[in-house]
Amino acid sequence: MAITTPTPPKTTRPKLGGMARKEELAFYLFISPWIIGFLLFDAGAIFASFAISFTNWSALSTPSFTGVENYTKLINDSLFYKAMGNSLYYGLGSVGLGTIVSFLLALLLNQDVKGMALFRTIFYLPSVVSGIAVAILWIMILHQDFGLINSFLAFFGIKGPGWLVQPEWAMPSLILMSLWSAGGAMVIYLAGLQSVPIHLYEAAEIDGADTFQKFWNVTVPMMSPVILYNLIVGFIASIQGFVLVYIMTNGGPANATLVYGLYIYRTAFINFQMGYASALAWVLLVVIIIITVIQFTVARYWVYYEGDVKQ
Amino acid sequence: MSTSSAVRLQKSLLGLRNRAILWKVIIYFLLITLSISFVLPFMWMVSTSLKQSQDVFTYPPSFFPNSFEWQNYIKGWNVLPFDTFLNNSLIVTFSNVIGNLISCSLVAYGFARLKGRGRDILFLLLLATLMIPREVTIIPRFLMFSWFGMTNTLWPLVLPAWFGYAFFIFLLRQFFMGIPLDLDNAARIDGANNWQILTQVIIPLSQPALASVAIFAFIGNWSNLLDPLIYLRSTELYTLALGLNLFRGQNFTQFNLLMAVSIITLIPVLLVFFFSQKLFVQGVSLTGMGGR
Repeated sequence: MAITTPTPPKTTRPKLGGMARKEELAFYLFISPWIIGFLLFDAGAIFASFAISFTNWSALSTPSFTGVENYTKLINDSLFYKAMGNSLYYGLGSVGLGTIVSFLLALLLNQDVKGMALFRTIFYLPSVVSGIAVAILWIMILHQDFGLINSFLAFFGIKGPGWLVQPEWAMPSLILMSLWSAGGAMVIYLAGLQSVPIHLYEAAEIDGADTFQKFWNVTVPMMSPVILYNLIVGFIASIQGFVLVYIMTNGGPANATLVYGLYIYRTAFINFQMGYASALAWVLLVVIIIITVIQFTVARYWVYYEGDVKQ
Repeated sequence: MSTSSAVRLQKSLLGLRNRAILWKVIIYFLLITLSISFVLPFMWMVSTSLKQSQDVFTYPPSFFPNSFEWQNYIKGWNVLPFDTFLNNSLIVTFSNVIGNLISCSLVAYGFARLKGRGRDILFLLLLATLMIPREVTIIPRFLMFSWFGMTNTLWPLVLPAWFGYAFFIFLLRQFFMGIPLDLDNAARIDGANNWQILTQVIIPLSQPALASVAIFAFIGNWSNLLDPLIYLRSTELYTLALGLNLFRGQNFTQFNLLMAVSIITLIPVLLVFFFSQKLFVQGVSLTGMGGR
């Protein structure tokens, strides 16, 4: 977790008195809405999804068991690789650039500037207004002939590309657009930067550190847990999101923006292949787990937790 | 101290101050340039919504409309039954806000204040659900709701909120744990039970956190397109987001009307944002998470 959660008092020992048993009953009663929801919507859904992935099912007919057929089909499905590749491209691009942009914005705002609250509002606002209205706005901004960006480029005599209609530019366009909402992560980084203890900077100054050294040896290590957390959450979110893509390009041109979530959506809710779509979803779950484990493993070498002894 | 070294000191101090000023200038230059590029899309949206149809696609594009066509807003709104869509969005959004507030407060109180076997493991499981990709659960959920005969109704959009949501539970639990236990104990001595402690001690003291939850739930549901897209078939059940999508599909060249309706759908979000920015930032720093 990005911030340390206060640990609740230790759980009682197995042997319970009357009071403790009463309290335990109350505990389960209070959390029961979540328990039911968890069993139905999370755990139950995951197991159901796994079971469905071994069937051929159109949601209307009765499912027929087909063994691992969906998984063998997947290995030979070129769209599966295309969609996975596109999602990784989008995830790496938007999270990589997004982290850099939001961190730089937070650093700028942390420079003791006047009107910080106003600038923060301006940068944060676009990340709040997500959804279809924003997608329509960006279709217009990225328009080949009349869009804001190409008009701006034309001002300097540059002929801008057909952002959303040329296969090689479609994905960079979506990544560019995602940077507009970098303000969401910026707020988190800004809160983090403001909680770095001043005495660490003072100690570094006494040791003769210059601005860059202070940044590299104090700011970055202190912020690394927050950055890691944002990388993981941001990557998981970006690898799933497909609603914006659905509106803006619907996977085109030439499947250049067919992201994994969109492929699952089409398979399940347009083609009604629930079995195959579930197999696709399960592969995604496994990929996300693998990527998260890799991120945590790599993190041991660059993330600093206070109180840790550096290896 | 000799005069020459005093002069040198003065010079270096002056240099230091000049450098500080230069640094400030660079930072303000960057901040202002970036701010303009972040705001420009919004301005473009407003300007397009006020243009006449023939002025939307002109080359080079004009930033300022020739005339201010305020009736675009009424025209666009009346192309489709947006009144109905608004109504549906209000129903869905507010039931989600209320459902989340109630269910998440209960669950968060359990995790923050009560002891029971398996609590720590259950809490870890709760946090783990934040990692599950939506695509994995969306198909079984859809099949379950169609088994209950609830597809093409608003129920699938409304019901899940009443079973808690991990991110909000986490946020509230963090906040509840910051409230001194002494207050609970005092109330307990006065004969209060858990329900009374939650409703009369914890909740009145947790208004900032509850407001954060309400705001995140409001914004998340207001702009949600995925669930309406999957569950709703009849036009009269469409939410604003889905209605706007339908509008875009039918009138994709009338960008002035599209922008006008888009702006109307954004107004509630903008209002909530401007009136509660502090709570937003608090919610974010309380959990270290944005409202994703």
